[in-house]
Amino acid sequence: MIDLYALYQRMHDNNIMLTFKGEVTFDLIDSILKIMEGRLEQLEDDRKTKKKVYNVLVECLQNLCHHIDFSDPGQLDPNDEHEYLRKSAILIIFSDDDAYHVATGNYIENENVSNLNKWLEEINSTTKDELRQLYKRILDNEKFSDKGGGGLGFIDIARKSGQKLKYNFQKINDMYSFFSFQINIPKN
Amino acid sequence: MDSLKITGTSHTPDVDFNAEDCVLSLKGRSTPENSIEFYRPLLEWLDSYGETKPTKKTNLNIRLEYFNTSSSKCILDIFKKVNGLYKNGMDVVINWYYEEEDEDMEEAGEDYSDLLDVPFEIVMMEEE
Repeated sequence: MIDLYALYQRMHDNNIMLTFKGEVTFDLIDSILKIMEGRLEQLEDDRKTKKKVYNVLVECLQNLCHHIDFSDPGQLDPNDEHEYLRKSAILIIFSDDDAYHVATGNYIENENVSNLNKWLEEINSTTKDELRQLYKRILDNEKFSDKGGGGLGFIDIARKSGQKLKYNFQKINDMYSFFSFQINIPKN
Repeated sequence: MDSLKITGTSHTPDVDFNAEDCVLSLKGRSTPENSIEFYRPLLEWLDSYGETKPTKKTNLNIRLEYFNTSSSKCILDIFKKVNGLYKNGMDVVINWYYEEEDEDMEEAGEDYSDLLDVPFEIVMMEEE
């Protein structure tokens, strides 16, 4: 039998508030947000911090489902490996004395790695004020992507948290890489 | 013309666009994954509203607790529609409410205001 107590202790020691691995759906995101809202209500007294964590979490979760097709809420086909990789992800939310941490991981196509990498590098090398100008420029000028995302998510995460984005890419095979992302939201 | 009323959910705002009072209000949360679909009827309503040539001053009141980046573009589309009505000579003001100390929401109001010509008030609500 697996050692559940050891697992429990490890999660306890790491202050894990919520963790999930599997297919990301809109319903799942809704449930996670509801759970986290309840947890934050109990754990966090500062209204500003609570709002920031919630906001950042919304963007992180919605980033994970960029590849989900609105017209196709259907079940995953377990035999379709590509579909599985596109929709599968990991999420860990934990906290320590100084901050809340949201970490996500998902597969992305190798051909998209370099653009995403460039975009995140650009955001990290931009000052707070420049970030604000960039946000406004994209908000005003750039056409919607068909899913309404449109490149603002990571800027918003950086602005709301006031922190640098942490990330890396691991090549898995000829088609896919694993994209790991983490953001810290300081406690007030 | 008919008013537009939509009851809010955990991820979509309460909509109360009242053509008679000329008070259009958006309140609550806006974090849907597909915001375009949610906001389309609001934009269409605003088109028809503009055609009725309201004589009273129109107040668009925005009182949002949270909104995601996908909504942010739709909200700008709403504002641009209202901005167009203003440019056509309609008397209109956008009131953007934020909770005391919520600097993120205050900044968001300022960001929108920078992109528009229509009178745009950023109003602090005191904590209850």
